[in-house]
Amino acid sequence: MLCCVCKEKEAKVHLTQIVGDKMQKVDLCDECAKQKGVDDPTGSSLAHLLLGLGASLESETADGAAELKCSHCGFTQADFKKTGRLGCSECYIVFGEALESLLKSMHKGTRHVGKTPVAQRKLRDTQKQVKSLQDQLNKAVEAEDFEQAAKLRDEMKRIQMKPPGETART
Amino acid sequence: MNIHEFLTPPAEIARRKGPHDRIVMSSRVRLARNIKGAAFPGYAKKPDRMQTLQQIQPAIQRLPQMADNFAASMDEFSALDKQILVERHLISREQAARGAGSGLVLNRDETLSVMINEEDHLRMQSLLPGLQIKQAWQTIDTVDSELEGQLNFAFSNDLGYLTACPTNLGTGIRVSAMLHLPGLVLDEQINPIIQSVNKLGLAVRGLYGEGTEALGNVFQVSNQMTLGEAESTIVERLEKVVAQIIEHEENARARLLEKKPKRKMLFNHIGRAYGILANAHSISSKETMNLLSLMRLGFDLGLFTSADRALVDELFIMTQPGHLQKQHTEKLSTEERDFIRADMMREHLLKVTRPVMKA
Repeated sequence: MLCCVCKEKEAKVHLTQIVGDKMQKVDLCDECAKQKGVDDPTGSSLAHLLLGLGASLESETADGAAELKCSHCGFTQADFKKTGRLGCSECYIVFGEALESLLKSMHKGTRHVGKTPVAQRKLRDTQKQVKSLQDQLNKAVEAEDFEQAAKLRDEMKRIQMKPPGETART
Repeated sequence: MNIHEFLTPPAEIARRKGPHDRIVMSSRVRLARNIKGAAFPGYAKKPDRMQTLQQIQPAIQRLPQMADNFAASMDEFSALDKQILVERHLISREQAARGAGSGLVLNRDETLSVMINEEDHLRMQSLLPGLQIKQAWQTIDTVDSELEGQLNFAFSNDLGYLTACPTNLGTGIRVSAMLHLPGLVLDEQINPIIQSVNKLGLAVRGLYGEGTEALGNVFQVSNQMTLGEAESTIVERLEKVVAQIIEHEENARARLLEKKPKRKMLFNHIGRAYGILANAHSISSKETMNLLSLMRLGFDLGLFTSADRALVDELFIMTQPGHLQKQHTEKLSTEERDFIRADMMREHLLKVTRPVMKA
């Protein structure tokens, strides 16, 4: 098992903490464990550790690096540390990476499997189709089959044009 | 119309039937959804919450499933109204603590309820009697699909439905079943069962959810993980686990009836429960629920022949503090409530004759 902080070395320190009725697990290599100060597991909070909000936050501020902040709603990393909730849906763009190990510890996986809104599904299908046409188009150009290439280009335009507006939604 | 005129009387609720309702009191599926780009309720300023409420509430009221609905902002409810809604599992305790800027939409038979601006912009639930997890999921899935055409839900291809708390991320689904397990409790098998259910990644909680005790031997089993698995997988797993718990409970009941020392212990508990409830002049809500649970078991085992189990289920609803207070205009102290509760029990149990138990 790899260390969930550096993701490079073998994890040697395995911690489990129960907060309320939630169980959190973290696996660290010796070096990261020492760096995070978890030689004494009773003295540290896993949530902070997992989110890189503990020791690393202090060192970051010391280095003068800016704290993570959502440009959409102004929610900060410190706010998350306080509440355990995010500020808005756009926060996930900013905090997504920092959340990865937390998500890993609390869920079955870190990628959504399941229901997808219809509009989103259509958009995904369109993108897939466009990509496949683009590949064909590249091949046609390579083969100097310009008649076919023109056809493919028109087809791509047609797909991208309809349904209007939906491509703008992400 | 006020909420009390709208709510179904406890006697009627208690008579609703569902598959396996001997053990499964209700099945519930709730989904968490948010509006893209709008600050989550816990972080939003009040005017923003008012705005999302005004945007969401009419969209829900327009749903065909909500043809006859009750909708209100949380500040329109008295503290007592909110308590009654909590006791009916129609709002969370967290929502009960909220005021203007948060709201509730409820359908006619209380099987569908949508909380607006709780922890997420929308928390919608389908609640059905007995073991109907799949049906509850289908109902709420349809509602969700209809709403997504009207509201721009926050969704990402990688993380799924985006929620205020990362614990709900992905499907935003919480599937739960409310189980009555007096047999496993009396046979002292409940703890190993809870532990093995926990190992499957499912949570076991008390009557009112997170952080509450299992009053009246009622346990709530629900999923915890919401990301990385499809809704149908989560629903099916919970259904399978609940089916197994039902079997364990039935086996425990059979074991208790089988031989003398256990049977005596069982009869002793049920007989005493009847004795106290039928004769007490002061009784707390907690004791009442625990004793009603034993009487409910007695009904299931055919020991009470002169009445219907629905009577116990009705009393189970009526005895809760909010429901009890509602029947009286003046504000009751805890002591007065205990007197009135005991009076109510004695009166209702007049129709029930002593349990028939052959040693």
